[in-house]
Amino acid sequence: MMEYDNSANWSRRGVLAGIGAGVMLLAMPVRADDASVAQAISDTFGDTPRQDGKIALKLPPLAETGNTVPLTVTVDSPMSDTERVKRVVVFANRNPRPLIAAMMFGPKAATAEFSTNMRLSGTQDVIAMAELSDGTIWQAQVRVLVTVGACDSLQLRY
Amino acid sequence: MNRALVAIMACAGIVATFAAVFAADQVPAQKPISGYDFMTTEVQQLQDDDFANPGLLWVEEGQTIWDDTKVASGKSCASCHGDATTAMRGVATRYPAYSAEAGHVINLEQQINQCRRERQGEPDFPYESEPLLSITAFVSTQSKGLPQSVAIVGPAAESFERGKAFFYQRRGQLNLSCANCHEQHAGDHLRGESISQGQLNGFPIYRALWQTMGSTNRMFAWCNEAVRAEPYPAGSQEYVDLELFERWRGQGLNIETPAVRR
Amino acid sequence: MPNTRIRVPKTAKAGDAVEIRAIIQHPMENGFRLDSQGTAIPVEIITDFSCSYDGGQVFSVKLEPGLSANPYFSFFLKATTSGPVDFRWVDQDGTITTATEQLEVT
Repeated sequence: MMEYDNSANWSRRGVLAGIGAGVMLLAMPVRADDASVAQAISDTFGDTPRQDGKIALKLPPLAETGNTVPLTVTVDSPMSDTERVKRVVVFANRNPRPLIAAMMFGPKAATAEFSTNMRLSGTQDVIAMAELSDGTIWQAQVRVLVTVGACDSLQLRY
Repeated sequence: MNRALVAIMACAGIVATFAAVFAADQVPAQKPISGYDFMTTEVQQLQDDDFANPGLLWVEEGQTIWDDTKVASGKSCASCHGDATTAMRGVATRYPAYSAEAGHVINLEQQINQCRRERQGEPDFPYESEPLLSITAFVSTQSKGLPQSVAIVGPAAESFERGKAFFYQRRGQLNLSCANCHEQHAGDHLRGESISQGQLNGFPIYRALWQTMGSTNRMFAWCNEAVRAEPYPAGSQEYVDLELFERWRGQGLNIETPAVRR
Repeated sequence: MPNTRIRVPKTAKAGDAVEIRAIIQHPMENGFRLDSQGTAIPVEIITDFSCSYDGGQVFSVKLEPGLSANPYFSFFLKATTSGPVDFRWVDQDGTITTATEQLEVT
């Protein structure tokens, strides 16, 4: 039941209609696979080695709707002139597009922390990666269960 | 039922009076519980956040419309009503209500459009349009914290009875009535989702599924389609009647607009 | 111009970390939704958000369709001197939306 891609609106009705017409409804990938996530990450950070740690990734363990999942990322950094976080990039490893957003911290940022809301097309891992001013890259990963109701798994017009 | 009462009922002119008296004695089948209580903490927190609640974007837009004098008559809502925080306080708790001008029960959206036509000389905002959702959310939020208290007697009685019949009528390919889920199974689960009582005290709502604001009538249409029934048009008398019954079912629940729902 | 809301405290002490919040009304169409005819609605998103203050960047975002509709951000600014806090959103069609709020630093 966790496999349904709710936010992307790939409906049972749509898929059945597509099969009925002998048409493959695969204009876009429904989910990312490990290779496309790896690709999205290497597109962003190249092949710089990554280490676990320094990032606190706050997400609800269970999201009732994948359309508005609150996310808070805090990176452990003094944010001094010499030791800073340059950017944080967030990925979701089973979204149709794994890259969620890239956040840059400028010289006027007091802390390496932000909150936002993200979309999750189903149960999956959210990965945050932080690039520090010394060039090191840190990562954290959290699993979010996205539940699906009986009614909203349908493609409804209203 | 005694003979005298049957005789009275035979007289068509008194049927409405009878219905009114009958309706006044009714109590909802269950203690009303707001949809808020069926949401997860994250959804509740988003609603309670006086900044991040996305519905507030529509409320702010509603304030702009309230103050807009660029209409045919040159009169904004504020020109006649004044400060909405006092003038509109409590208004949303009373709708849908009987309108002598319209000759039937109308909901808040229709009351706003009636004002727009007659006092501002402007065409109706289309149902479910951004301006109508915005001004409805703005007017409704002025009653935040006040209990819903719609009138179901007198000229509203017939509308109420039709709304009640709608609520208990099975429909669609799934052959489900509103009551089958929202009364008999409120608190149970449909797959991963808890079933609410289907209360309207937070409308217009910001619904995460829609990623936007939606009216009571959009929700009815959505629910109707979910049981594979052909929905009625937004603003149809069927839905206004249903809204009246539903608001009465939630009599006493505090207005929460703009509520956030999943 | 899309509706925006920003929150900047009126006053702050120099050196304080000040929470800034910003939200913009936007559907962030992700390209996967279908219209009533079954045709995919094209991607239509805000691509860039930035906040600047006292001649420098505070926080900026490259947005993707994976963010929710009506994108919201909160972050922390280091109060240094009194001045405007400027916000800027760029739509993929090039439309720029701005907002500004004065911060008094004591």
